[in-house]
Amino acid sequence: MMNNKDPKLLLQSAPLLRQELTTPAAMKDVWIALLPATAAALWFFGLSALLLLVTSIAGAVLTEWVFTDKDKRRFAISDTSAGLTGLLLGLTLPPGLPLWMAFLGGSVSIGLGKVIWGGLGTNLFNPALLGRAFLLGTFPIAMTTWGPAGGPGEFFQIHSSNFAWPLMQGQYDALSTATPLGLMKFEHETTALGSLFMGNTAGSIGETSSLFLLLGGLFLLLRRSIDWRIPAAIFLTASLFSLIMLLINGADSNFPSPLFTLFSGGLLLGTFFMATDPVTSPLTPRGCWIFGIGIGFLVVLIRLYGGLPEGMLYAILLMNAATPLIDRYTQPKIFGRKS
Amino acid sequence: MSKLFSLNSLFSLPFSLKKGFSHGVHPPHHKEQTADLPIQRVPFVSRYIMPLGQHIGVPSEPVVKVGDRVHRGELIAQPKGFISTALHSPVTGKISNIGMHRYVDGSFRQAIEIEADPYATQQFVNTHNNVFNVKDMNIEQFIDAVQMSGIVGMGGAAFPSHVKYSIPDEQVITDLLVNGAECEPYLTNDHRLMVERPEAVLRGCEILRQKLNAKRVAIGVEKNKPESICQLKNYLTDDMAIDIVPLEVKYPQGAEKMLIKSIYNKELPAGKLPRDIGIAVNNVGTIVALADYFDHGMPLIERIVTLAGPGVQEPANLIVPIGTPIRDVLDFAGGLKEQTREVISGGPMMGSPIADLDAPILKGTSGILAFTEKETSRPPEYPCIRCARCLDACPYFLNPSRLALLGKARLFDEMQDKYNVMDCVECGACTYACPSNIPIVQHIRTAKDNLRNRKVET
Repeated sequence: MMNNKDPKLLLQSAPLLRQELTTPAAMKDVWIALLPATAAALWFFGLSALLLLVTSIAGAVLTEWVFTDKDKRRFAISDTSAGLTGLLLGLTLPPGLPLWMAFLGGSVSIGLGKVIWGGLGTNLFNPALLGRAFLLGTFPIAMTTWGPAGGPGEFFQIHSSNFAWPLMQGQYDALSTATPLGLMKFEHETTALGSLFMGNTAGSIGETSSLFLLLGGLFLLLRRSIDWRIPAAIFLTASLFSLIMLLINGADSNFPSPLFTLFSGGLLLGTFFMATDPVTSPLTPRGCWIFGIGIGFLVVLIRLYGGLPEGMLYAILLMNAATPLIDRYTQPKIFGRKS
Repeated sequence: MSKLFSLNSLFSLPFSLKKGFSHGVHPPHHKEQTADLPIQRVPFVSRYIMPLGQHIGVPSEPVVKVGDRVHRGELIAQPKGFISTALHSPVTGKISNIGMHRYVDGSFRQAIEIEADPYATQQFVNTHNNVFNVKDMNIEQFIDAVQMSGIVGMGGAAFPSHVKYSIPDEQVITDLLVNGAECEPYLTNDHRLMVERPEAVLRGCEILRQKLNAKRVAIGVEKNKPESICQLKNYLTDDMAIDIVPLEVKYPQGAEKMLIKSIYNKELPAGKLPRDIGIAVNNVGTIVALADYFDHGMPLIERIVTLAGPGVQEPANLIVPIGTPIRDVLDFAGGLKEQTREVISGGPMMGSPIADLDAPILKGTSGILAFTEKETSRPPEYPCIRCARCLDACPYFLNPSRLALLGKARLFDEMQDKYNVMDCVECGACTYACPSNIPIVQHIRTAKDNLRNRKVET
């Protein structure tokens, strides 16, 4: 029995019970969900993809390390969120991008996308997409020069442009090709849905294979790691809106079918892994619907009328900016109160 | 048991089609430890401490002085004003001290200390002389009698019961709702009561229903207590206007508003009392205490306490005289295990930590639970990643994520004006659900205390 005043007793307040999931474990789920897409990236784009992913992760993690308080560093890195941002950014890069740009992109993602806001949980914009927006604005040519998807036989054929010296543009070896979205927009040429589904098309290394992205997304949905309302709203709005545009403008216009809209470009990657980022998406259920509808609408609008073929990046970033406002106006109705 | 995939929540609708309350959490029940243990009586010990303010409201006023001899069940303190109740001696013995004594939370409070007479039989003697004829009592007499019985809400809040029964003239009670949900993990005292004394539960229901002029009684019991439900149904006769309602197993099913939603599908408006919509809510323990008082004249001098948790040597359900030092109760059950790190009174979701084991069992002590390193150690606190799990947990549809953030910044006014922090009943579901281990409900308690104190000052 303990002594008189029981000094060993803790006075932690209730609830004493906690469910098992922790934040680092939730991050781990996202890593696992990205495995299929990462494997597809390596399959189609070989060592170039591997090098790009490693350098962008390194850029992100090193930046987090350098710009975090000394005594919080280990803790900040241990939740693996910086590495995850680096991986996500890497997956949105074209295979021939010079590695130094990928490193810089990872660094900007974390530096300007996360650390200056106050670290994990405080940033307004998705860090990986902010990094990509920076790269797209700064290196428009490198970021829109696409090499064709290869196969396992070409695993060791590295794009020479990957090794451009820092601050130099790369020399592009292979003939550059257009992405399915580019072909659609500028040449009015449809890519077969089968290729879009499997992923053997040109594009950012992690966005081409719809099948593997869907697998990862399904995993996150079943694990309840992401809010199902956001992907549901994006898919419904994007397909409905592109269907309406197609019907208005006729089949021989360069307006794509709803399925093409969903399976091309970065729509799936962005939907499952970036739009659903809890930090930068609304808290409230109604807010998630509005957020998803906004993205679905904007992505089709930008793809159809914008200067670039892809619109997912800006659709998500714009809705990120609207998130605090959406949250404020969609507070749930409190039990026993009228709205 | 960890749920890997939760299809249920995946397809949950933004509005509720089914009866029952929305949101809530599913903590493991842990009831197997004590659910099948019959209620035992704790032997009398040498010293009892009766804090004067162990109920909500004004502390009672002593009617005895040091040196007085008292009998078991004799009045030792009378109510001081209406929102106050009586105290009775749990034991035959001598008043040894009236002064400050450690309370469960570690503070000092006025208490009457009684030294048990080791030679007394400790038999309860009905000192009221009059045998109650509850049938012929009018409501005023009934309320007075309940106040003098010392009966308070036995579910944990310890709110004087007679205050609940004083219904303003313009209001009509149509339904009596008896809370046997017992949604807190580990606790089985209500369960055992329903299993072992179903006739007393039903008898208490009938007494109170008649006095309040209610049409029907509903006894809500969570479905994880089939034995309770079965026993109550066995003793139910056709002339009783009582329904036994099995409830979905979900925390906090036993919270008053959730219970009303589950059983009557009514949403009690914020700031209103159940009686405003014609419902009176009582815990099964309270109901049995009423039956014991009006049938046998026994005031509230003992209660059933669940002793459980991984830190307890021999888990048990015990009848404990109120005022028994917690340490003595624990000793009866073989004491605490060496690895015990924390002892709490009440359930693990809403109970409070015990600072001093010499503090007594109170009228509102439903359980004494002991936890070891495994349950009390916490992973580090991570920043909020706005995963919204707390929003999905909150049965009141508050925004705990936002409240915790504002609470940390001490922006209490915004918490009240924009996020209705005062509607929080501190059930702890948000904190249970938080993967970042943020003490959300702590921040909310701090804010509510600050806002309340400020109100008093101005």
